[in-house]
Amino acid sequence: MGVEGIGARVTRKEDKRFLTGKGRYTDDMIVPGMKYAYFIRSPHAHATIRSIDASAAKAMPGVIDVLDGKQLQADGIGNLICGWMIHSKDGSPMKMGAWRPLAAETVRYVGDAVAIVVADSAGEARDAAEAVVIDYEQLPAVTEAVAALAAGAPQIHPEATDNLIFDWQLGDPEATDRAIASAAHVTEIEIHNNRLSPNPMEPRATLGIYDSAEDHYTCYTTSQNPHVARLVMSAFYNVAPENKLRVIAPDVGGGFGSKIYIYPEEIVCLWASKKTGVPVKWTSDRTEAFLTDAHGRDHVSKVKMAFDADNRITALKVDTIANLGAYMSLFSSAVPTYLYATLLSGQYAIPAIHANVRTVYTNTVPVDAYRGAGRPEATYLLERTIETAARELGVSPAELRRKNFIRTFPYQTPVIMNYDAGDYEASLNAAMQAADWSGFAARKAQSEAKGKKRGIGMSCYIEACGIAPSAAVGSLGAGVGLWESAEVRVNAVGTIEVLTGSHSHGQGHETTFAQIIAGRLGVPIESVNIVHGDTDKVQMGMGTYGSRSGAVGMSAVVKALDKVEAKAKKIAAHLMEADEQDIVIENGEVKVAGTDKALPWFQVALAAYTAHNLPAGMEPGLKETAFYDPANFTFPAGCYIAEVEIDPETGETDIVQFVAADDFGNIINPMIVEGQVHGGLAQGIGQALLENVQYDESGQLLTASFMDYAMPRADDLPSFKLSHQNTPCPNNPLGIKGCGEAGAIGSPPALINAITDAIGNNSLTMPATPMKVWQALHAAH
Amino acid sequence: MTKVTLTVNGRTVSGDCEDRTLLVHFIREKLGLTGTHVGCDTTQCGACVIHMDGCSVKSCSILAVQASGSTITTIEGLAGQGELHPVQAAFKEHHGLQCGFCTPGMVMTAVDMINREGGKLTEEKVRAGLEGNICRCTGYHNIVKAILAADAEMASGRQAAE
Ligand code: FES
Ligand code: FES
Repeated sequence: MGVEGIGARVTRKEDKRFLTGKGRYTDDMIVPGMKYAYFIRSPHAHATIRSIDASAAKAMPGVIDVLDGKQLQADGIGNLICGWMIHSKDGSPMKMGAWRPLAAETVRYVGDAVAIVVADSAGEARDAAEAVVIDYEQLPAVTEAVAALAAGAPQIHPEATDNLIFDWQLGDPEATDRAIASAAHVTEIEIHNNRLSPNPMEPRATLGIYDSAEDHYTCYTTSQNPHVARLVMSAFYNVAPENKLRVIAPDVGGGFGSKIYIYPEEIVCLWASKKTGVPVKWTSDRTEAFLTDAHGRDHVSKVKMAFDADNRITALKVDTIANLGAYMSLFSSAVPTYLYATLLSGQYAIPAIHANVRTVYTNTVPVDAYRGAGRPEATYLLERTIETAARELGVSPAELRRKNFIRTFPYQTPVIMNYDAGDYEASLNAAMQAADWSGFAARKAQSEAKGKKRGIGMSCYIEACGIAPSAAVGSLGAGVGLWESAEVRVNAVGTIEVLTGSHSHGQGHETTFAQIIAGRLGVPIESVNIVHGDTDKVQMGMGTYGSRSGAVGMSAVVKALDKVEAKAKKIAAHLMEADEQDIVIENGEVKVAGTDKALPWFQVALAAYTAHNLPAGMEPGLKETAFYDPANFTFPAGCYIAEVEIDPETGETDIVQFVAADDFGNIINPMIVEGQVHGGLAQGIGQALLENVQYDESGQLLTASFMDYAMPRADDLPSFKLSHQNTPCPNNPLGIKGCGEAGAIGSPPALINAITDAIGNNSLTMPATPMKVWQALHAAH
Repeated sequence: MTKVTLTVNGRTVSGDCEDRTLLVHFIREKLGLTGTHVGCDTTQCGACVIHMDGCSVKSCSILAVQASGSTITTIEGLAGQGELHPVQAAFKEHHGLQCGFCTPGMVMTAVDMINREGGKLTEEKVRAGLEGNICRCTGYHNIVKAILAADAEMASGRQAAE
């Protein structure tokens, strides 16, 4: 390990610009002639639009134009789509209702975009929006998935009878039922996974610029995957062909999934820029973010876990209803299916598994991937169930897990996944030791002496990252391949640009990607620049989500780098009259092994570009591209332990200790990996204790500001104790598995298991607010 | 339109704005200092924190016209060109930032905290002092570490100077 290479704790190259206020986020873009957009949104959860009268608004000061959905449709702009086809178990395709970028006939949730005002200033656009008269006819609304399925519920899309989008299954229902029927013990539990709002701190924003001379569009946008945005806007929304559309995602202030999707605003601002002839910028305010950014989670599940007389799990049966909101967002169908049910084996050898998933339309914000996407739902369900089983069976939760761990790899689960490597016991042992598990009884006694309730809880999670083998996801319904691309461009002076299709919005790619190059070539990290986020610069890319930047994006870089090295070696061998096999690259030099013959790296690069003396037939230049398609998912796993102290008077939970033991395979930069875990833990703890999206019965969002939606703050959280175990991933060149979601996946069940342990009542739903904890505690005693 | 005159990062600047213009929008759009961010609309997130006459202020909670005549430091003016203030340096050293969006507000809040309670900060005090700043990326762990490290470093600098 070099000081700047793989495994080094290199501080981040990108930090200085962020620390000095020089970051360039979409809302920081101010271009000549730019005007401001304000979106007029439905105040009703469900209504038909009778008429829109914008005449008064158009006459107001500063107003350029007011545009609506009828005009958008007339110009041939297409509907938003879900890009992953799921078939119901009867073979019928999912029922996708139309999602118009601007609703023309019907609005289906509070926040559904109806019209856009473009004006000289944001204030004038907002003033004019007040003067647009929209006549709605209200319709009955439904916000809960279970209620939406019930007979007589309001019908949201004509395509989806009873609001059912699909009724899908995975696994073997008969084998599972048989195992349950003959089990020595069956644990049954109902699990609710609360709805969350991702809330990256940078609100979404977009700037659409139409150039009439070139008939060309530029879209600045807060995106995790600008190339996918361009592809979808071209192929499906009919905004412009790809060669006439440049998408730039500059610095992006966090995403957590919510900035994967292509939302109505990007499309509408591009279209509006052409209509009005001026660049059009829109920046979401926080309330709008709550009302329109895709939400996460929102599952209700019934679970049965069967055991034999030796406490081995023999079967798992899961029946889930997932709320997808008012429209099917880009990856919404994949989240409660292939990103969820495929992980229901967890870390355990379970011979029979059956999952049934029904997805449902409701009059709420569309639901899609949020940090973890399906995997937190699977882990929460499984880890609460096994903890409950341990209590029912009267065995220690650690021993029950240990007994059922998968121990030989590769391991084929009954739900598609083939785990390639892992050592679950290593993480369990590390976590229990770090948490001083054996000292818990004494600490509990001390708490009791103070009149407090103390509890401890664990969770053993697994996730599937590095999405994903293109052919595999294609066969499961994905509309795209999930490879990644990279280009390694060595300049004539030997400095290097790496162009990647991954996108950094906090993950530190400008540092970690450069570490790979610096480590391999032995050049200073300052001589390596990472370029990303611009479709005009980077050839193609699938973007950053599902911890794919390391396992897939970096693997593409390695592949391109292999080609660059091979060519550099050929050139050096030619120049030094040596055998190509004897050439090694290290410490910034290209050497003949075992001799003192060497050329500095820059000289080989220069030779490639002067082309005065290259091997016969070799093309000049030193620049290579690669596409990397992963061979499998990667499977990070770990064990988290939470210890809590509860005040029985107030129901308030104090997290006295939080331990995370993770196996991410090889690690490029431990500092950055730890940061990812910290952030994930905060979001998971937020879900468990604080966060909840709440609608009232009429479909009004009650939690549409930071005053109503409890974000975790510094004084809600402890410092965390982390450790890493390492079983390298055998399926990618760097042996890395990914670390982005783990914290958010593993922490909610650990915390809820700790709280239910403390209060002696297992009936508790997230978020475990002081009121709920107090009620559960007093119901138990 | 009302004329607003301010001293920002050591320079006197003035510009016309609507009475309703918030200071943060004046700073971002009229002065082009886009390091100060807007993360909410209810004065909760602290992405907009600046120093006004030496105290930390959420620039989204004050009108530009109210601020007229005051002396303001934004993140861009915290250290000299190309340099980092000890708090900025500590955030880098301890990985106290990821996406960077909350960072300017965090740093300005931290500097204010150290100005007020320098040398006496504890983890608990720092966590309580960050009540008005939300970060979605870091889980605060490394932000707290960075602030405590900067505090210790600045305190030892003061001692050495005495
Ligand atoms: S923008 Fe000022 S507190 Fe959020
Ligand atoms: S670093 Fe992203 S919000 Fe704090």
